[in-house]
Amino acid sequence: MNWFTTLFTSTLGRKLLMALTGLFLILFLLVHLIGNLQLLNDDGGKSFNLYAEFMSKNPLIQIVSKGNFFFILLHITVSLFLSIKNRNSRGSERYAVTSGNNSPWASRNMGVLGTLVLVFLVIHLKDFWAAMHFTEMPKAIYDGVEYRDIYSVVALWFAKGWYVGLYVFCMLAVGFHLWHGFASAFQTLGLNHQKYNPIIVFVGRTFAVVVPALFAWIPLNMFFF
Amino acid sequence: MKITLKIWRQKDSNSKGAFKTYVAEHVSPDMSFLEMLDVLNNDLIRKGEESIAFDHDCREGICGMCSLYINGHPHGPLQTTTCQLHMRSFKDGETITIEPWRAKAFPVVKDLVVDRSAFDRIQQSGGYVSVNTGGVPDANEIPIPKKIADEAFDAATCIGCGACVAACKNASAMLFVSAKVSQFALLPQGKPERKERVEKMVAQMDAEGFGACTNTGACEAECPKGISITNIARMNREYFSAITTSYEVAVKGGD
Ligand code: HEM
Ligand code: FES
Repeated sequence: MNWFTTLFTSTLGRKLLMALTGLFLILFLLVHLIGNLQLLNDDGGKSFNLYAEFMSKNPLIQIVSKGNFFFILLHITVSLFLSIKNRNSRGSERYAVTSGNNSPWASRNMGVLGTLVLVFLVIHLKDFWAAMHFTEMPKAIYDGVEYRDIYSVVALWFAKGWYVGLYVFCMLAVGFHLWHGFASAFQTLGLNHQKYNPIIVFVGRTFAVVVPALFAWIPLNMFFF
Repeated sequence: MKITLKIWRQKDSNSKGAFKTYVAEHVSPDMSFLEMLDVLNNDLIRKGEESIAFDHDCREGICGMCSLYINGHPHGPLQTTTCQLHMRSFKDGETITIEPWRAKAFPVVKDLVVDRSAFDRIQQSGGYVSVNTGGVPDANEIPIPKKIADEAFDAATCIGCGACVAACKNASAMLFVSAKVSQFALLPQGKPERKERVEKMVAQMDAEGFGACTNTGACEAECPKGISITNIARMNREYFSAITTSYEVAVKGGD
């Protein structure tokens, strides 16, 4: 095998892909959040619709968005490979007694948490992204120009209690995934140093709490207020 | 103390094993865990039953031969080797479940004994420094900062017991391999073979069927020698830089 295939078929190389795609998705979450926060502007959805229009027209954003889809698929595919290999590594017989107190809960359940995120992604993409791209949208007119009114689509979904509940629950899964995942990615990349470890862990945990909380706050706010 | 023991019995690697329950009636809290098993084995032999096979050698916590997965922890509830574990760590009347290390790469040989030669093969693939014979070098000829020497020594204290593999939910050998990689990567003597070493050892580790690392930290929490997962980050670094910059190394692994 040449070095390239050796690298990406090795356990370490596969984890490298997990970490790089994971960190990219973290960046994506941040940008996505800034956009979503426009939903809270009290202007009948104008700033959100303008933002959505900008995102779906700007060629640079479109390229990054294609990359984003690719990275999500890569993250999921590699996680599947790794999870299967990891499960097989235990052998045919499993332990009768195990103990959880030697490692954090989230770190042992990245697969389950990731799957919850995936379920959310599918619902989310169908209701918002596919709706925007493949269906007839209601229109809104600002300054004489016609825009697709994605705000009203979002507002309709976020008026349903069960949908808001599901959304908030899934944000919890994202939070736990990142509670472990953020710092874990740095460890995987080998970016580990006494001086910086506490900063990485602190930033990671803050991100894992604040970002999903803000995401969840938006539908809660639209539902209750 | 009276202790109930649920112990994994398995005739050989091809047979199916099962738990068998034993009661140890007169256990002294001062006995080591292995001594408790010795007494139980004496009783079994006296009764004409087959004694329980388990690994041990130095009984001083330095050879890494003793194993046993005790109540969900490799080497039991304390962060030490099983030979250094004493019955005072358990309660009178307690039930203790003893299993062998479970990993595809560590097949059960008999009862609680597993074959850990996968670790030997990983070591043989690159975990050494090729020294050509010659005169003895002067002790202080190569200056090494104290901190680096300490870090290399900490990595070198790994006794290769396999508790990291046993503890890891992925049966990953990263802590072991990274300790062996680090011990040499940190020191000048290890530098000439630095890149080749990590490439070959990782390839062999994968070929043996150990899992990947999810960075749970369970290995570090259970390691009787307190080897740190900092070593795993170092191994990752070493590996990525080696494979992207080395002259192509023929790694095969497996045979
Ligand atoms: C917004 C979405 C997501 C983000 C930001 C994200 C981020 C991350 C990060 C940073 C890591 C740590 C990488 C490392 O340990 O080196 C990780 C690990 C992981 N992710 Fe995700 N992830 C996302 C979605 C998903 C999805 C949809 C799945 C699966 C269906 C998934 C499955 C996993 C698994 C199994 C791991 C652990 C891999 C291992 O260490 O063995 N993730 N993720
Ligand atoms: S028997 Fe040698 S370390 Fe336990």
